[in-house]
Amino acid sequence: MQQSNKYIIIFSVILTVACGLLLSGSSQLLGPIQQKAIELDTKKQILGAVMSADEIGAMSPEEITAYYENHIASTVVNIDGEEVTEVEGTAVTAETVDIGSNYKRAPEERLYPVFIYHEEGNPENVSAYILPLYGAGLWNAIWGYMALQSDLNTIEGVTFSHAGETPGLGARIVEEGVQQRYKGKEIWGDGGQLESVIMMKGEGRDYSNDPHKVDGLSGATITAVGVNNMLKNYLGYYEAFLNKLREGSDAKMAVNN
Amino acid sequence: MSTEAIDQKVIKKPAEPLLSKRRKKLISDPLVDDNPITIQILGICSALAVTTQLQPTLVMALSVIFVVAMSNLAISILRNSIPSRIRIIAQLAIVATLVTVVSELLKAFQYDMYKQLSVFIGLIVTNCIVMGRLEAFAMGNKPYDSVLDGFGQALGYAWIILAVAFFREILGSGSFFGFPVYDTLAGWMGMNSLATNGLMVTPVGAFMILGIIVWVQRHLTKYVEN
Repeated sequence: MQQSNKYIIIFSVILTVACGLLLSGSSQLLGPIQQKAIELDTKKQILGAVMSADEIGAMSPEEITAYYENHIASTVVNIDGEEVTEVEGTAVTAETVDIGSNYKRAPEERLYPVFIYHEEGNPENVSAYILPLYGAGLWNAIWGYMALQSDLNTIEGVTFSHAGETPGLGARIVEEGVQQRYKGKEIWGDGGQLESVIMMKGEGRDYSNDPHKVDGLSGATITAVGVNNMLKNYLGYYEAFLNKLREGSDAKMAVNN
Repeated sequence: MSTEAIDQKVIKKPAEPLLSKRRKKLISDPLVDDNPITIQILGICSALAVTTQLQPTLVMALSVIFVVAMSNLAISILRNSIPSRIRIIAQLAIVATLVTVVSELLKAFQYDMYKQLSVFIGLIVTNCIVMGRLEAFAMGNKPYDSVLDGFGQALGYAWIILAVAFFREILGSGSFFGFPVYDTLAGWMGMNSLATNGLMVTPVGAFMILGIIVWVQRHLTKYVEN
């Protein structure tokens, strides 16, 4: 075994360079494929707010992409609900907005993507508006998508994801059964103010009579609080946009009447 | 002594067959007699953490087999050039590189599994079996033998975690590889559903299943600790 210092240093340098080349090489090679995988996963999450997990599971990647192209239009708005098409010269689309990094900015400066679920080939006939959400769970970030029916009040569905919640506890927000609890709940209160939907403490109770409460997760109260805050905050950020939409559709209805 | 030296002729030994008895033992020993988890008690951490369902466990098992075999190969090839003073660091660098490559491959081709396994793939670096085999075998043996040893040890690890996952999934979630067994059985028996055991979904349940497997296996092989 060679023991001289010079040999050790030379060996270390060569080993480091070789490992580094291998890692950066594989990263470059696999980068585009990973990007596609992440985009496909995002599309699945967006569609997951309006379709069941079984339906999505049965579709191939090409089918999912095609379905997304035909059914999802998108726009980006700011906190006042006004449409944003470019920022400092670069074009902005819902797909290019990184919600995670946007979260680091002040709410007034963020960009808010909106995904519009419409009938195939007919963007005017809207079935649901899908809003991305982002927040903090117990250990790390949580995010999701909420689909609102065209009345902009009733929840069509939600999907949640997380970066590092506890498996079996906070991580249960990804379960279909938990996400189904939000279906049919309402976000606006009787007086016209934004009430959002609260996940209650404890599990096993029936909240079918209350449009603003859902059953909780036993042992995962802090994650549930994170979810509640995420919903309340983001529905607040989109409130201006939702109000604009409601005024717009009220005006349309008045014209038709 | 001098007469023996003159009489001895240098006879070239025939090359050992690729799967000679000794080499077959490298693969078969770790399955039962020298199992890394049940006999050597290594690699328990991931055996508890990822085994809630069979599918991620299978991905984990395949990843570990790849990492152990390939790192054994790399270290064995380099065994005469690695300076002994930075031996552990060099081994760690190679293992970490391999684990990162596996993680990147999973992210590209099996994104759903990558999301589910998240941090546990990276934790393969800390799996005692990997570094244990490098020190115990690869540093002192030829490349082909090292690959066989690595493959055998990882296979021993793999079948144990798959066994734990089998019991945890069927008892804790009522399914097998995602297929809802309990619901189907309940349908046959005309019941609404069969009760699943919530303890099996937690690491405590994993510990218990693992303990039972160790007990059964040592009883069958009549292993006695020194």
